[in-house]
Amino acid sequence: MAQQLKYGLAVVSAALAFWVVYLVATTLPLEVQGVGAYQNFYFHVGSFITAFSGFFLGLAASILYLKTGNFKYDSFAAGVNEIALLFATTGLVMGSIWARYAWGVWWAWDARLTSMLLCWLVYAGYLMLRTSVEEPSTRARLSAVLSIFGCMIVLFVYKSIDWYRTQHPSAVFGFRGGGGFGPGIMYPVLLAWGSTLCLGILLAMVRMEQAEMSREIDALRRQVHSY
Amino acid sequence: MWTIAAKDLRSEFRTREAINASLAFSITILVLFSFAFDPENPDIKIDELAGGLLWMVYSFAAALALNRTFARELQNDCLDALLAAPIPQSALFLGKTLANFALLLAIEILSLAAFGIFYHVNVLEHLASLLLVIVLGTWPMAAMGTFFSAITVNLRLRELMLPVMIYPALVPALLAAISLTGGLLHGDPLRVDDGALKILVSFDIIFTSVAVILIDFVLVG
Repeated sequence: MAQQLKYGLAVVSAALAFWVVYLVATTLPLEVQGVGAYQNFYFHVGSFITAFSGFFLGLAASILYLKTGNFKYDSFAAGVNEIALLFATTGLVMGSIWARYAWGVWWAWDARLTSMLLCWLVYAGYLMLRTSVEEPSTRARLSAVLSIFGCMIVLFVYKSIDWYRTQHPSAVFGFRGGGGFGPGIMYPVLLAWGSTLCLGILLAMVRMEQAEMSREIDALRRQVHSY
Repeated sequence: MWTIAAKDLRSEFRTREAINASLAFSITILVLFSFAFDPENPDIKIDELAGGLLWMVYSFAAALALNRTFARELQNDCLDALLAAPIPQSALFLGKTLANFALLLAIEILSLAAFGIFYHVNVLEHLASLLLVIVLGTWPMAAMGTFFSAITVNLRLRELMLPVMIYPALVPALLAAISLTGGLLHGDPLRVDDGALKILVSFDIIFTSVAVILIDFVLVG
């Protein structure tokens, strides 16, 4: 059942991605809002929305782990946070390519870019923490705490930069509201989001299974050593 | 809580390991900064850079001093004894934070004086406001530093993991403190309705509370 679901997700994700590429290649105007290199823009937005969904799911799972002590939540948090970090990376890279054409530079020290980079660093620290703790329950406890703390920091950073200048177009779904695109652009953005989301769920499922399995192996090894 | 703070400060006062090392380190960084740009060049407005330079020194020195917070309790299993003591973990955390706070303030005031002398910056003009900003900016460094050093105390790569986690976490506070300090050293008085001041105060309150709540899950005996 889970296996079929994974194949299904892979197929849907690939189909949606091809659809977006087809739309970009055929129907969409060459220049959108006066900016070139819009081709990767759809996946840029889609990646970030998927990444943030992942970080918030990771937050929820971490709180649940600390409340219940069930290791399933820990594996879930580990999986989604890791995949969310992956999508944050692709989002940043695509944004950088876009910026090269739109602004002429690969990177600008702009409030929104900087805060996203900080978010990336916080969660990279989360993954580093996970790899450096051996004992499974300590690892689960500490990384859950860090995930909650990290999410708070990210929210605070996003809130606190509101009054800085930004040259980035305003967010699609932001605290400020606003943003928004014409309907012709919104449609492929949603498709790209669906595609990255399916891929994200698929990868998170795989990572979660691996985490569960490695914990099982670890438990068996301990059992063997105790004899 | 006060007992823990007093104990930490007493042991620091007797050994003087952290304060000597951090102070020497911050003076070294101050000297290194003079190679990054020419302080005698009149085109370079030193008071515009001052806030950033000063807080860079502070945060580097802080990471050095804060590493020792819980690590020093590992000898003779003192950490286990502290956790077994009939006090809440939050008292242990706040006590250690207070001790670190006092330690960092001492280092910072000394390096502020050194900074003023070396770079011809008038630190006395708004000294009271400047000290207020330093106090408000140092509290989150002490609190978050103590919190993260509790997380990293048992890790293999303790000395590396602390800076990796603490600097991104401190950015909102550091940004606000840098902009306030820069303004003060430039000669502008502190205004109560400054956005950076509000951010700094709210950061202090929110993250101290979150750390106090979450510390029960970090320090488990």
